[in-house]
Amino acid sequence: MKDTIDSYVTADGRTIGGVMMEMKNITLRFGGVVAIKDISFDIREGEIRAIIGPNGAGKSSMLNVISGFYHPQEGEVWFRGERRPTMKPHNVARQGIARTFQNIALFNGMSVLDNVMTGRLTQMKTGIIAQSLWYGRAQKEEFQNREIVEKIIDFLEIQHIRKTPVGRLPYGLKKRVELARALAAEPKLLLLDEPMAGMNVEEKEDMSRFILDANDEFGTTIALIEHDMGVVMDLSDRVVVMDYGKKIGDGTPEEVRNNQAVIDAYLGVAHD
Amino acid sequence: MPDQFLFAIEVMINGLMAGVLYALVALGFVLIFKSSGIFNYAQGVFALFAALTLVGLQEGQIPFSHLINAIFGTHIHHFGWHIHSVIAIAMTVAVMVLLAILVERYILRHLVNQPDIILFMATIGLAYFMEGFGDLMWGSEIKTLDIGLPQGGSFWIEENTAWLGGENFYGFFIDRLDIVAAIVAAILVLALTLFSQYTKQGRALRAVADDHQAALSVGISLRYIWVLVWAIAGIVALVAGIMWGSKSGVQFSLSLIALKALPVLMLGGFTSIPGAIVGGLIIGVGEKLFEFTIGAPFLGGATENWFAYVLALLFLVFRPQGLFGDKIIERV
Repeated sequence: MKDTIDSYVTADGRTIGGVMMEMKNITLRFGGVVAIKDISFDIREGEIRAIIGPNGAGKSSMLNVISGFYHPQEGEVWFRGERRPTMKPHNVARQGIARTFQNIALFNGMSVLDNVMTGRLTQMKTGIIAQSLWYGRAQKEEFQNREIVEKIIDFLEIQHIRKTPVGRLPYGLKKRVELARALAAEPKLLLLDEPMAGMNVEEKEDMSRFILDANDEFGTTIALIEHDMGVVMDLSDRVVVMDYGKKIGDGTPEEVRNNQAVIDAYLGVAHD
Repeated sequence: MPDQFLFAIEVMINGLMAGVLYALVALGFVLIFKSSGIFNYAQGVFALFAALTLVGLQEGQIPFSHLINAIFGTHIHHFGWHIHSVIAIAMTVAVMVLLAILVERYILRHLVNQPDIILFMATIGLAYFMEGFGDLMWGSEIKTLDIGLPQGGSFWIEENTAWLGGENFYGFFIDRLDIVAAIVAAILVLALTLFSQYTKQGRALRAVADDHQAALSVGISLRYIWVLVWAIAGIVALVAGIMWGSKSGVQFSLSLIALKALPVLMLGGFTSIPGAIVGGLIIGVGEKLFEFTIGAPFLGGATENWFAYVLALLFLVFRPQGLFGDKIIERV
């Protein structure tokens, strides 16, 4: 039903807009292995969209297709009303799609502040000569961006580790810094690959809160992969379920929970 | 003060100055190695090529004149003008940037994600190509490079330090070119440090050095960064080429200073800019002092040729990551 209307208001009062990103009949192969088979779904403006499925279902591959790290053999990617040509990941990032990685990809030798500052690179416009000379405009730009970064750092409650090299941080905080770097880009679409993997209950609660707040305060559209079903059901507006590279379910958490194919995929079926 | 002690100090100071020149070459290696994991064997040849180009432009040499003469039977060699050294240096910088663009376009781009050894081999090929290309373009005769840097011992220092010792001590002999080299190197290192710490390109550069995937995800173009790094390394090579070329002439042996940079890197670590500086200074001072105290009196001299390598060997055995390099941790 919700697929046909332009926008709607959720139970908690957030407005979900029209379609921002649409994947049409995506097929991705690695040699003979089909990682994604003919999958279509969309992501709407302002929503939190979860992608779930058992291990090896192709969730991360799908996220990599959206962020341009993988290029599907078949299918179309539509972003903000335009068909996206095959694009390098750094150009996808410049279009306003930020991401985090399943196995944390941070710049370990750099401080937390510098890591988050790299998130601003797409927004900084002055050229190399101006930057090298550190003259007026370049300096102003640096300060402006620094301000935004400080705001994000406050928002994610990591002020106390601003100057710490990332390599020295514990796992949970690294995950948070990675989220900070992605948010610093002020992305239109934020992709989170298992943001809560390997975290304890308390850390998961914190991370859930940050994700909800980011969506609420900055209006960031979020697509996330997560294994913790409790978290997925609490956070997301709509859920795509994948299994062996195919889409087996798509809808609100309640719809998906009651979908027989989904239950079978997770619990297994007796073949007789 | 005893004269012997003063001589030792003089040797040490001269060692420091020589070390600065080693450090300049090593710096070019570190820049490329840090950001792309490539050991650029061609760095020494870059210095030679840069110096050749600078001299050629300054003297108004016609590029490829030997080739043109051989084909068309002409006898051209010079345009007949001289270009001011500042303009010639600016033009040479442009040539080095162009070289970086070509290296990225025709070599690196095609070897992305290949094992390090393949890229290393590619730089060896590049080194030999550049060596031949440089000869073809500017001729292989030994040239003098003079961009107006002061040369020869500093009388001021000699006169003002002569009182330190007795009758046989005439004051410290320090080449003014070495002093200039030290100042230039210091400015270069400072500028590079500021650039990498406080500009967005510098930040992007460090980001790429750390993690390619993550760098891509924040919108950094790897190709742009590679061109940038190779261009900077080319400019560092130009500075090294100017200093070495002014000291001992622009000739083929200039490209061999790359081999002197190797022990410097083993000492300082391949990924550390301060390491390159400190390593260069230690090798410079070490080899001069060793020659003065042990080499010449007891071993028949000429120890400078091998001292650096023995020192590097000791480091490889006891501290393979160098003084400042990233610690090597083997995960099981």
